[in-house]
Amino acid sequence: MLGFIIQRFLQAVVVMAVMSVIVFCGVYAIGNPIDIVIPPDATQEIRAEAIRRLGLDRPLWEQYFIFIGNLLQGDLGRSFVYNIPVLELIGGRLPATLELVLISVITATVLGVSLGIYAGYRPDSWLAKTIMAVSVLGFSVPSFWVGLILILTFAVNLGWLPAGGRGDTVLIWGVPWSFPTLDGLAHIVLPALNLALFKLAMMIRLARAGTREIMLTDTIKFARAAGLSEGTILRRHLLKLISIPIITVFGLELGSTLAFAVVTETIFSWPGVGKLIIDSIGVLDRPVMVAYLILVAFLFVTINFVVDLVFALIDPRVRHGASA
Amino acid sequence: MRQSTPLGRFWAEFRENRVAVVALVVVVLMSLLAIFAPLISPQNPYDLANLSLLDARRAPGFVGSGGYAHLLGTDPQGRDLLSAIFYGLRISIQIGLAAGLVALTIGASLGILAAYLGGRLESLIMRIVDLQLSFPAILLALVLVALLGQGKAQLIGALVAAQYAYFARTAYGAAKAERGKDYIEAALATPLSGRVVILRHLLPNCMPPLIVVATVQIANSISLEATLSFLGLGLPVTEPSLGMLISNGFPYMMSGRYWISVYPGVALIILIVAINIVGDQVRDQFNPRLRK
Repeated sequence: MLGFIIQRFLQAVVVMAVMSVIVFCGVYAIGNPIDIVIPPDATQEIRAEAIRRLGLDRPLWEQYFIFIGNLLQGDLGRSFVYNIPVLELIGGRLPATLELVLISVITATVLGVSLGIYAGYRPDSWLAKTIMAVSVLGFSVPSFWVGLILILTFAVNLGWLPAGGRGDTVLIWGVPWSFPTLDGLAHIVLPALNLALFKLAMMIRLARAGTREIMLTDTIKFARAAGLSEGTILRRHLLKLISIPIITVFGLELGSTLAFAVVTETIFSWPGVGKLIIDSIGVLDRPVMVAYLILVAFLFVTINFVVDLVFALIDPRVRHGASA
Repeated sequence: MRQSTPLGRFWAEFRENRVAVVALVVVVLMSLLAIFAPLISPQNPYDLANLSLLDARRAPGFVGSGGYAHLLGTDPQGRDLLSAIFYGLRISIQIGLAAGLVALTIGASLGILAAYLGGRLESLIMRIVDLQLSFPAILLALVLVALLGQGKAQLIGALVAAQYAYFARTAYGAAKAERGKDYIEAALATPLSGRVVILRHLLPNCMPPLIVVATVQIANSISLEATLSFLGLGLPVTEPSLGMLISNGFPYMMSGRYWISVYPGVALIILIVAINIVGDQVRDQFNPRLRK
């Protein structure tokens, strides 16, 4: 088992190193950031001075090693545009994204599992068929389009909910959060719904498939024979049995929902990390782009590493197959 | 008599699902609209001489300076939206098809080679593919488009890089299963070259699952391209795809001029959903477990 952990850990480190080179070189290739940093009427001296100060006059490999050296000390550079440390910039935007993503994934899971269990428990009812038909739509319709329709319906036509921004926030431990205030909650409903709908379809399908399979097993037969009510069977036995794959997917989806938040945050002008990266790409703010991509890569490599380990703990075939 | 050929049997079974047939008709119709857009559009939306800002942002049914009614209204540049949608379909389908087919070729080659050769190359290729599959395609495409810059070729490249891994996985799975069967062993025992065995025996038997993935992935490329264009990272403004038309109309939606975004969006959704329904039916027909 220890060998397996070390092997996977080394793999993760190699992947991170390769990712950092690709990201750094790739981001270096776009545009000339110096034109954004200094005004066009600046003299040649100011220009040369700015290039030197930002370290852009050194060879690419040297810039990379300086970057890695700083990275290992927790310094990801300063934003060209905001002129504050990138980590501070991203850290300041992170709570907004986390809040949005967590609320969406939890909503999607609770709603999706309930609807999915119903659809699996009574597969022939008209409601179950409707749920499944709608979930097919959820798979095909692009997320940004759903966001537009939500804004058009609830913000423009009905005027019930605001179309963008974060609303009033409350400071908890020095970090602003939207969900404790009524205005903040009103602002979070549409973007969270947009992001949740994207995951809902999958949760429904997962819960439905699990329910259909488990309802046919002996566990349920014996529980029924023992005279337990249907409600107790569903709550006590079925929910427990289908929860294992759902928890796995919940963890994996947290990461991909973070990625999709880029789209939702842009539509709803939600001031999170996703909006930051799109804005940074627009103005070629290189340090922010590099830092964001490295952090996302790190997040995914970590999630995969943890998932690998958990699977290896549960299933001995995985760890023996890998060490052979 | 048509029942006798495999294709005829396939079609006979396909025909039984009315919804799928309607979806197929929609896909064909939309492709025809895209192909013949320059002939049937009331206006060439990219010819600036045709456009007048006086006609901009007019509601559906408005009769503009061209002397004809704009059935779906006009956009902020005074383009006839119906014509812009036809041309947008052209670009969206073009990019979706190109990205899907290139990804299919690259992915299938990698997957089949990995399964055929085995050994270190197999584990190397599949390790990379699996790693990539754990990243969301949207993020990968977003990053690549940001890195490569704007343009059709760059966009297709980014979409291919984001999607080839699905084809590689599918092809690998199918080829690995076929590789162990007796007919491949028998073919390998003859003096046929490896190339011939792969192309004549292995590849054709891996095609059914690849066709299914291809339909779904073409729909996905179209949707991804629209998302990227909506975020302002896709094509240059001179070639508006459906996604960019939607994006252009977004700022005007707040003031109630819904049609600029909504109609191109409806066209996009109909196209994607129709392709997915056709893909679903094909998948069901290829799946022996669902066979009666």
